[in-house]
Amino acid sequence: MISKEEILQLAGMCKLKLSDEEIEIFGAMFSNVLEQVKGLDMVNTEGIKPLYFLNSANKSLREDVAGDSLDREEVLKNAPEEEYGYFKLKKVMD
Amino acid sequence: MDITRLTAMEIREKVINKEISSKEVVKAHLNRIKELDEELNAFITITEEEALKAAERVDEKIKNGESLGKLAGIPIGVKDNIITKNVRTTCGSKMLENYIPPYDATVIERIKAEDGIILGKTNLDEFAGSYSTESSYFGVTKNPIDTERVPGGSSGGSTAAVKAHEVALALGSDTGGSNRQPASYCGIVGIKPTYGLVSRYGLVPLANSLDVVGTFGRNVKDATLLLEVIRGYDEKDPTSMEIEGSSYLEKLKEGIKGMKIALPREYMNMDMDSRVKGKVMETVKLFEILGGHVEEVSLPHVEHYWATYYLIVVSEISSNMARYDGVGYGYRTEDYDSLDELYIKSRTEGFGEEIKRSILAGTYILGSKEGREYYEKAFRVRTLIKEDFDKVFEKYDVILTPTTPNLPFKIGDSIKNPFEMYGSGIFNIPANLAGLCAISVPCGYVDGLPVGLQIIGDRFKEANILKAAYALEEELALGGENNGL
Repeated sequence: MISKEEILQLAGMCKLKLSDEEIEIFGAMFSNVLEQVKGLDMVNTEGIKPLYFLNSANKSLREDVAGDSLDREEVLKNAPEEEYGYFKLKKVMD
Repeated sequence: MDITRLTAMEIREKVINKEISSKEVVKAHLNRIKELDEELNAFITITEEEALKAAERVDEKIKNGESLGKLAGIPIGVKDNIITKNVRTTCGSKMLENYIPPYDATVIERIKAEDGIILGKTNLDEFAGSYSTESSYFGVTKNPIDTERVPGGSSGGSTAAVKAHEVALALGSDTGGSNRQPASYCGIVGIKPTYGLVSRYGLVPLANSLDVVGTFGRNVKDATLLLEVIRGYDEKDPTSMEIEGSSYLEKLKEGIKGMKIALPREYMNMDMDSRVKGKVMETVKLFEILGGHVEEVSLPHVEHYWATYYLIVVSEISSNMARYDGVGYGYRTEDYDSLDELYIKSRTEGFGEEIKRSILAGTYILGSKEGREYYEKAFRVRTLIKEDFDKVFEKYDVILTPTTPNLPFKIGDSIKNPFEMYGSGIFNIPANLAGLCAISVPCGYVDGLPVGLQIIGDRFKEANILKAAYALEEELALGGENNGL
């Protein structure tokens, strides 16, 4: 079970605002998920190494040579607002 | 001649032999899209102008007697989570509704270098994060076989477009079945390559340790052709690998005489649609007739697949989605009085419900003590799951399973029962967890709906699964077949 307070705390951590309906739907779904996840307790993983990444063995890094990168002007075209080559925001108080 | 009925291989041959021009091919497919896509909604963006220009270049090359690439003149659809230079790439999200990338993904560069023609960007579940293509900001894609049903997902736009002959080939991505499940639901061929065979540079990440770019075609040869073009090491993706070996296409005809084929006991004993199981068992018998040796094997951790996958996937999703903050690119809310409000409103307004649930779940897993313990546990169980497969592949060449335990479901049903939808990927996710290669190939219809057979192979042993799929297709002659539209 996950409580409404816990869900609100989670939403705060990941910068989302949830409606009451969304809280309810997520709560019901995620409580069910947590039950299923508990099934992993049955698996004995003592002494088993975690597999975070495949293909991590025998990897050598490339030479650190500077190459072409994306053009600043091109990249900034996707910014909602930009000025003088920077991302622009409204004046905000924090 | 209806050009849209040709296979990708036939299109290339006819274009090179000057029987048809590349421009005619593009126009025929664009007309098909105009005819059908208002109803199907397989495409988010159609790149008519760019496609016609690319076709003109191919025709010019032919006129000048220049050499032509492996994909010359073939119309291709690209899942809209793969970055395309100067063509908006939305990931099916309001968050990226107006995002126009300044570069091409490596797979796109490779397609262009081989004279392939991209007709547009196909629909998907938001950020590729579900199994039905219903969670796209750009509306639901319908299954061309039965328009009341979903095409599967998340690559449902690509599979619907290929099935409906809007394109001959398409690219998708597969994190937990997103290539194979919709390929099965739309009755086409979908390949999920080994993790590392194809560069992920320019694939917008959902879960980096599981994501791969894969291919679709209406037959095995076509889907293989596209895989052959996009595979190989890329300096921009340190997890990609160069694999020695000859062309897959040359190997297809080798047949499966003497091939050692495994059938996992635990999978076949699972609760599934009996019609699917029946069709798959019929197909398994066919492999014996074709000269394969089929034996039952054990893959014991099947009941833990879903939890293991879920813990890993939502954690990686929540990390990946943290980059969408309304500042550098993507959706920004109109009105805000503080930085926090900018983040919260931009994300709340920009993300859809399904992806928000994944972000919340991942935040719980990574941010709470209990969650963190299960997160660690999941990666250890992942090791055990991979070891199960390693053991089987010591003795066997391929593993056969149903692609999905069910048939394509009706649009709207997944909202009533999300767990049934998540369950549709149960046979797919182990290949992502263990980094294996797999293919879904049509094995027939029940009650007018398609059933897919999944063939799983060991890491970088694509040749085995492709040979097996090709042998089956030759026997069933389902490759270019169609019904519905």
